[in-house]
Amino acid sequence: MTVTANSNASNQTELISAVIDGIEIRVPKGTLIIRAAEQLGNQIPRFCDHPSLAPVAACRMCLVEIDGMPKPQPSCAIALTDGMVVKTQQSSEVAAQAQAGVMEFLLLNHPLDCPVCDKGGECPLQNQAMTNGRAESRFEEGTKRLFEKPININSEILLDRERCVSCARCTRFADEIAGDPTLELLERGAHQQVGTADDRPFESYFGGNTIQICPVGALTSATYRFRSRPFDLISHNTICEHCSSGCSTRTDVRRGKIMRRLASNDPEVNEEWNCDKGRFAFTHTVIDRISTPLIRENGELRAASWPEAISFAAAGLKGKRAGVLTGGRLPQEDAYAFARFARVVLNTNNLDFRNRTSSDEEAEFLANHIAGSGLNVSYRDLETADVVVLVAFEPENESPIVQLRLRKAVRNNKLKVIAVDSAAAPGHEKLSAELHLAKPGTEAAALSALSDKLKGRNAIVLVGERAAASAGLLSAAVALSDATAAKLAWVPRRAGERGAVEAGLLPNLLPGGRLLSDATDRAAVAAEWNVQQLPTAIGLDQKGMVQAANAAKLDAFLVAGVDVTDVAYHDDFKAALAKTFVVSLEPHYSSVTDYADVILPVGVITEREGSFVDWEGRERSFTAAMHQSLALSDARVLHLIANELGIKFADDAKSAALHKSLTELKSTTKKPAMTKVSAVESAGLVLAGLRQLIDNGSLQNGEAHLAATAREAVAKVNAKTAADHGLIDGNLVVLEAPGGTLVIPVEIAAVADQTIWLPLNSDGSTPLINLGITIGDSVSVKDAGAYVV
Amino acid sequence: MAKAPQVIRGFWLTFSAMFRKPITEQYPEEKHIYPPQPRFHGRHQLNRYPDGLEKCIGCELCAWACPADAIYVEGADNTEEARFSPGERFGKVYQINYLRCILCGLCIEACPTRALTMTNEYELADNSRAKLIYEKQDLLAPLLPGMAQPPHQMVEGLTDRDYYSGKVTGATPAQILESEQE
Ligand code: SF4
Ligand code: SF4
Ligand code: SF4
Ligand code: SF4
Ligand code: FES
Repeated sequence: MTVTANSNASNQTELISAVIDGIEIRVPKGTLIIRAAEQLGNQIPRFCDHPSLAPVAACRMCLVEIDGMPKPQPSCAIALTDGMVVKTQQSSEVAAQAQAGVMEFLLLNHPLDCPVCDKGGECPLQNQAMTNGRAESRFEEGTKRLFEKPININSEILLDRERCVSCARCTRFADEIAGDPTLELLERGAHQQVGTADDRPFESYFGGNTIQICPVGALTSATYRFRSRPFDLISHNTICEHCSSGCSTRTDVRRGKIMRRLASNDPEVNEEWNCDKGRFAFTHTVIDRISTPLIRENGELRAASWPEAISFAAAGLKGKRAGVLTGGRLPQEDAYAFARFARVVLNTNNLDFRNRTSSDEEAEFLANHIAGSGLNVSYRDLETADVVVLVAFEPENESPIVQLRLRKAVRNNKLKVIAVDSAAAPGHEKLSAELHLAKPGTEAAALSALSDKLKGRNAIVLVGERAAASAGLLSAAVALSDATAAKLAWVPRRAGERGAVEAGLLPNLLPGGRLLSDATDRAAVAAEWNVQQLPTAIGLDQKGMVQAANAAKLDAFLVAGVDVTDVAYHDDFKAALAKTFVVSLEPHYSSVTDYADVILPVGVITEREGSFVDWEGRERSFTAAMHQSLALSDARVLHLIANELGIKFADDAKSAALHKSLTELKSTTKKPAMTKVSAVESAGLVLAGLRQLIDNGSLQNGEAHLAATAREAVAKVNAKTAADHGLIDGNLVVLEAPGGTLVIPVEIAAVADQTIWLPLNSDGSTPLINLGITIGDSVSVKDAGAYVV
Repeated sequence: MAKAPQVIRGFWLTFSAMFRKPITEQYPEEKHIYPPQPRFHGRHQLNRYPDGLEKCIGCELCAWACPADAIYVEGADNTEEARFSPGERFGKVYQINYLRCILCGLCIEACPTRALTMTNEYELADNSRAKLIYEKQDLLAPLLPGMAQPPHQMVEGLTDRDYYSGKVTGATPAQILESEQE
């Protein structure tokens, strides 16, 4: 029998033939024995071997007999060669004996912990001890080496050194994949153990993956500890709701409660990794939930029935000049329902999903260059590119799987990364990025200067959500891409933003990538929606709506998933909400429900099905992990309001029907280029910053272990700026702006001139709230004396 | 009597039975006269160590073994402030649903700490579903003289290993004091 490997590589690479257990196999040159055996359905036992990590042959569990070699050899580290004859435990007593011997050594010091061990029931050591070990132990009790257990290697990860089999999966992950090489195997022999230098915590945004790949219960999760057993869990395929990376995840539920989340293997997207936020932050789904519709009467909220609340909301919206704000976290289908509701029921184009710094330039960029562009740049493209330019986008914090994919390409394919940003970040170092520091407002010039480096090469430009804060930057990115034929992609931070663009949640954009200004597009959408015509005037964006409401030019808001403190103009925002009739669709009490006139409780993301669109433009559909929930989706609630108003809004509010309708609207017509905007630089010192991956974001509520892994909040300036403003490294600095003051430790670092860099929403650093300013705004600073911890 | 009519023979049987010793058990008044066999599989019990600490470590192996899915267990961490069992883990929630349990005893075989055993108690009937789901407090063995009510620390100087190998004989004054302060 001959088995031929069914892989793409086999078309190009040389095939060799070898014999495993008497079966001839043809595989591409370089295939490891253990992988080739897998293709024959033969699972050679293993611990250290992992397809995404470099082979180390640390555990010796995979020993096989190879003709011509004196002793059994590790099959995970030896490639098949032409004519090689291999015998595994299936056909060789020597191999089986060797494996049983290694297992005996591994169990020699292994504790009898299975009943109290979180890995029990899904433990490769348990399984392989049964399949490949001796039936009985030959060792007496009382001789095992002991360690103190468990110890924290960071607040989220517990290490039980007695259970470790020294496979080096965790250390290789930290070093090769995450680029946080602080986890190491220390000591030798029986005392070999995993640890960090000076017992400092293992700092990584990706540390949770080590728990998942540890083949024993040596690394366990502090939050999942002792909470359930594999047989208690019902697993659901889900998509992470935290960022636009679009990770495929597995949500494990026990009796209607989420116990844990793991990364699923999706080779096109997250491979088999995710970040700690995606893994650990899910308690938000259960805290501060609103259980019943609420109506405000004489300033007080009172419980109401659904019919009463719906008719109250409908009456309040009827005939009003309304605006729709949806934040960037809705599934695509619900976003589409809002886009349709605004146009058909509220007869307005006042709608915006951008609850963050945004601009008209950005709206036009999204409408003309991003909406409907499909899978223009993919993760795979990042891997095969020659150069990737990161513009106002720091992937480690703002889209972590992009960071991992770039790092993989930098290590394996010699990808060159160029970053144009206001400050250096640890993530840049891990990508060996060439850094072009630019003060907010001046990035456009820095970007234009790069065109020589991109010409004639396979280049990709990735712009982040922060690009909207610098006038002219998106125009410059488009110009650069035009001039160099570099592909251009937009990487938003929130999971629902690209989907909102596709669903037409912008004042100038219709669903399916259709322009509001284009009569043909309008007609196509009107036909799909069975209406005579759509409102034609370009609507207001979020800030415009807030201003209009404060000037009494807008009477009502329909708001979903928005936190007012995410924008610098939060005081005006609150005033606007206080002045108008506010219908709030929220699962939790929030800064908007405080002002709402009627609150319609909707389900959280884990209670509904739908799809996100990741930054690539790839649809990521998910099922409801808490499927027994009776909570309604936003789309269903909008449907009820429309019915109450007697307006035929949509035939069906089910996710699948909305998805179908949206798909039918997709247009691939090339749109005109956006109008070029020129850069404006503000004089003097300006604020820069970003939202760190682990910060005060409301989806991370209730996760104390996760919060403790956040990076410390410090302000950063360069030496020259510090000298100009009298700031001292390690001292406190006080920032002053019209909205207030903020005191924070300051550090001298690689930052653009005349720029002070701050985390935008971390503990002790919330400039949008304290100062009422955002990126690119002027700020004044002075030294505030020594920082005493 | 051989030739007597059928009807007389029938009544004779009834009549003669009146003089036989009755075998009817006067349950429940006289239930202790006929105790179950010592190995009878009755209601479960969660045992304690001689100092009162619970033997159950919340491992869920009993729940796993149960063919009727009658057992529900949630484990939790023993902390410095509150220790219920020796070692890292204890059974925080422990329920057996006697509407499901078939009293097969597979759970007893699965238990690695001998925490779970069965008593001879067979009166497992009631008038509501909720009453037949026995909680941890319904299943825990009573505190015998010499035991102290957890939470309290392990006997000073001993480890969980010593508990498993039977080195604990009773609660120490320190444990009793701690237990009383709770
Ligand atoms: S790592 Fe596996 S074998 Fe070791 S104690 Fe845990 S479950 Fe048992
Ligand atoms: S802690 Fe786990 S992953 Fe790390 S070396 Fe030990 S066994 Fe391997
Ligand atoms: S006796 Fe049998 S049925 Fe009853 S709880 Fe134990 S294992 Fe389950
Ligand atoms: S009773 Fe025994 S088997 Fe069941 S959870 Fe407790 S220790 Fe484990
Ligand atoms: S799996 Fe081959 S040596 Fe560990």
